[in-house]
Amino acid sequence: MKIRIKFSKYGPLRFIGHLDIMRFFQKVIRRAGIDVTYSAGFSPHQVMTFAAPLGVGLCSLGEYMDIEVNSQQGAEDMKRRLQNACPYGIDILSVKALQKTAGNAMASVAAASYAAVFRDRSRSFDDYIGQCAAFLAREEILIRKETKRGTAEVNIRPGIYSLGIEDGALVFTVDASSAGNIRPSVVTEQFLRFAGASEQENAFQIVRLEIYTRSGEEAGLIPLDEVGEAF
Amino acid sequence: MQLPDFENRLALSDDILMSVEKPARYIGGEINAVIKDKRRVAVRFAMCFPDVYEIGMSHLGIQILYDMFNRYEDVWCERVYSPWVDLDQIMRERKIPLFALESQEPVRNFDFLGITLQYEMCYTNILQVLDLSGIPLLAADRGEDVPIVIGGGPCAYDPEPIAPFFDLFYIGEGETAYRQLLDLYKENRAAGGGRQTFLLRAAREVPGIYVPSLYAVAYHADGTIASFVPTQEGVPAVIRKEVVMDLDHVPYPAKPLVPYIKVTQDRVVLEIQRGCIRGCRFCQAGQIYRPVREKSLESLKEYAIAMLEQTGQEEISLNSLSSSDYSRLEELVDFLMETCREKKVNISLPSLRIDAFSLDVMGKVQDVKKSSLTFAPEAGSQRLRNVINKGLTEEDILHGAALAFEGGWSRVKLYFMLGLPTETEEDIRGIAALCNKIAALYYETVPKEKRNGPVQIVASTSFFIPKPFTPFQWAGMCTKEQFLEKAALTKQSVREQLNQKRIKYNWHEADVSVLEGVLARGDRRVADVILAAYQKGCLYDAWGEHFQYELWLEAFAQCGLDPAFYTTRERRKDEILPWDFLDCGVKKEFLWREWERAQREETTPNCRMECQGCGAARFGGGVCFERKGGPV
Ligand code: SF4
Repeated sequence: MKIRIKFSKYGPLRFIGHLDIMRFFQKVIRRAGIDVTYSAGFSPHQVMTFAAPLGVGLCSLGEYMDIEVNSQQGAEDMKRRLQNACPYGIDILSVKALQKTAGNAMASVAAASYAAVFRDRSRSFDDYIGQCAAFLAREEILIRKETKRGTAEVNIRPGIYSLGIEDGALVFTVDASSAGNIRPSVVTEQFLRFAGASEQENAFQIVRLEIYTRSGEEAGLIPLDEVGEAF
Repeated sequence: MQLPDFENRLALSDDILMSVEKPARYIGGEINAVIKDKRRVAVRFAMCFPDVYEIGMSHLGIQILYDMFNRYEDVWCERVYSPWVDLDQIMRERKIPLFALESQEPVRNFDFLGITLQYEMCYTNILQVLDLSGIPLLAADRGEDVPIVIGGGPCAYDPEPIAPFFDLFYIGEGETAYRQLLDLYKENRAAGGGRQTFLLRAAREVPGIYVPSLYAVAYHADGTIASFVPTQEGVPAVIRKEVVMDLDHVPYPAKPLVPYIKVTQDRVVLEIQRGCIRGCRFCQAGQIYRPVREKSLESLKEYAIAMLEQTGQEEISLNSLSSSDYSRLEELVDFLMETCREKKVNISLPSLRIDAFSLDVMGKVQDVKKSSLTFAPEAGSQRLRNVINKGLTEEDILHGAALAFEGGWSRVKLYFMLGLPTETEEDIRGIAALCNKIAALYYETVPKEKRNGPVQIVASTSFFIPKPFTPFQWAGMCTKEQFLEKAALTKQSVREQLNQKRIKYNWHEADVSVLEGVLARGDRRVADVILAAYQKGCLYDAWGEHFQYELWLEAFAQCGLDPAFYTTRERRKDEILPWDFLDCGVKKEFLWREWERAQREETTPNCRMECQGCGAARFGGGVCFERKGGPV
């Protein structure tokens, strides 16, 4: 049975990188006593996929991984066991069952939304509220991107699906597919530069809010766990 | 909008953490890390491994002591490691004090800073830890406001080169006397006593405690030690090591720490016994951990299961100096194989002798095609193996290799030492000849159609460094030039072999071995050199890319000490060795007898074959009392 797990990552755990989080969850699943499916061979490993790597230093309210289990005692039980095996900084938000035919977490990723806030909580993005529409009105937002053959100019504007200010935070939804992934720090920097602000590199904290896949006739964006079902 | 907690309550800012390699080294909070309420503990103990996090986190001894201290309600033990060079620089520039991982609070505010001494090449890192903590480097300069600095571990068996940096050393196994030491500390503090009273009372009252400032050393004109005596009444002239006789009834960490990042030993480690019966003459561990004491099979089974469940680790490994000598190994391995198959956990079995049993086990737990066999003949000829008392014959090796080749293995690793006492050119050529024989054996044993590619032999040599409390503690060590000649000869003779294409040869750096030789058998005067080298910028000497031999040589010159005095010189029988005031159980007379037998190329049977009356029986247990009648 395929299971999709949604979790958050915050506090000091924001300094743990993606590969380490994968190794971390393998141990969580063992400690939790989940009857997870292993690959065959001399060093069996858990069948596990993560949606989209989260950069070191970022927090998230919407991380996803898929696992496969041989047996289970219901979503609530699994969620509780996993939560008990996690330290402060990881919360298990939902546990859903996936159809056999559902694409895995990594392949399904289409977009992600983020919030950027000032680390200094007395400051807010409200000052720049007026700039959002103009920022989005541009046809081209060119950035330099490192490629195998040196650097290239890339237009990230088509990959920015929405951007605005909410509760003092800069909130945006961007392409997160493997082909067109846009880094949230790039969007934040571009926006601030456009707004004429000069900020220190680590002045703001970025939080990933959600990861989306495309679904339905309209191919609209829906959160990854809406693909799964309760059990 | 509800955002998650990203407030930084760590010792380092986000800015710094984002700019250093592997920030996870510095944030603490690992699974099974212990957090206590600092207002409710009486003693705060910072336990330090003076190397980078990934190395320090892999060390079993720290896990054992961390667990033991934190079982005490009145003590909170936290961990400290050497900041890597990137953070080291930032901390110096911005004057950020070194902190312990759990509370993220400065080490300087602790009651104790305990430093484990696992290898000599970490000595400059000790000074780094003290320096970054804001603790005066010399014990003599410390006031009441800084932690008591205590050292322990194998290098404490010659603590002299680092003696001036420590307030005290704990000699031997940590499980026995720490409680008494901590109680004395509390009592002394309650009575308004200061640092010096505590140290004096610890030296007088607590077994295994060495307080260097309470001893005076005098030297002869030739630089050897004339006398080494306590300066205060009641301070013992000889300090005997502490040792645990019943390993089943001392705490062992059933919930070891689980790091977030990959560390060197990323697995559950089950200690099955302490000590070694073999008595290889170059090996310090084989002497200082005598006598051999085993843990019971029952408690090992319980711990194995508990540790796997509490950590979620995917691998378990056995820890001992020679696992094959554990008397109930077969039963233990059968149990582990069964458990691990169920739990989908890998087993790693280091230090197993290659024989039918171990090959059968290894064939079941690892992919034969990908793994390699390891032999440690240590010397290339039988003559020299007799000198070092390595009871592994060419026949054993060839027999083991043949069995392994039939079982599908085709990779062999061999470990040797160069520069052993009495070594000749012939012994060195023997290394290449042995490698060649093993390669040839593969082609003889395995028919063409069954071969899993060509045979691959990897021979590695390290340079022999005489260590305290071994029969070779009196031996002269080679010079750098001699070492390099020996390595060149080994290389050349490998090239002359018929199967030379199948043999890969690696050798160690020579400079670092020479320095290790000085630090291993140094006296108190060497401390000046370590301090000078540190001040010149030496740090992380165990890391090839950071080792600066030139600076060390400058430091020796500046202090007026000749490294050769400590390395190449053979010691006389009547010389007072810098570590003679310590008693590790094994008597000096026994070691001298072994040194003489080595020169006569005579081997000595192991503890289970025939007790040699080495002296360790006085601890009253272990292998010495296994047979009826006890030791001789
Ligand atoms: S006293 Fe005998 S049995 Fe005991 S450690 Fe020494 S040699 Fe071995």
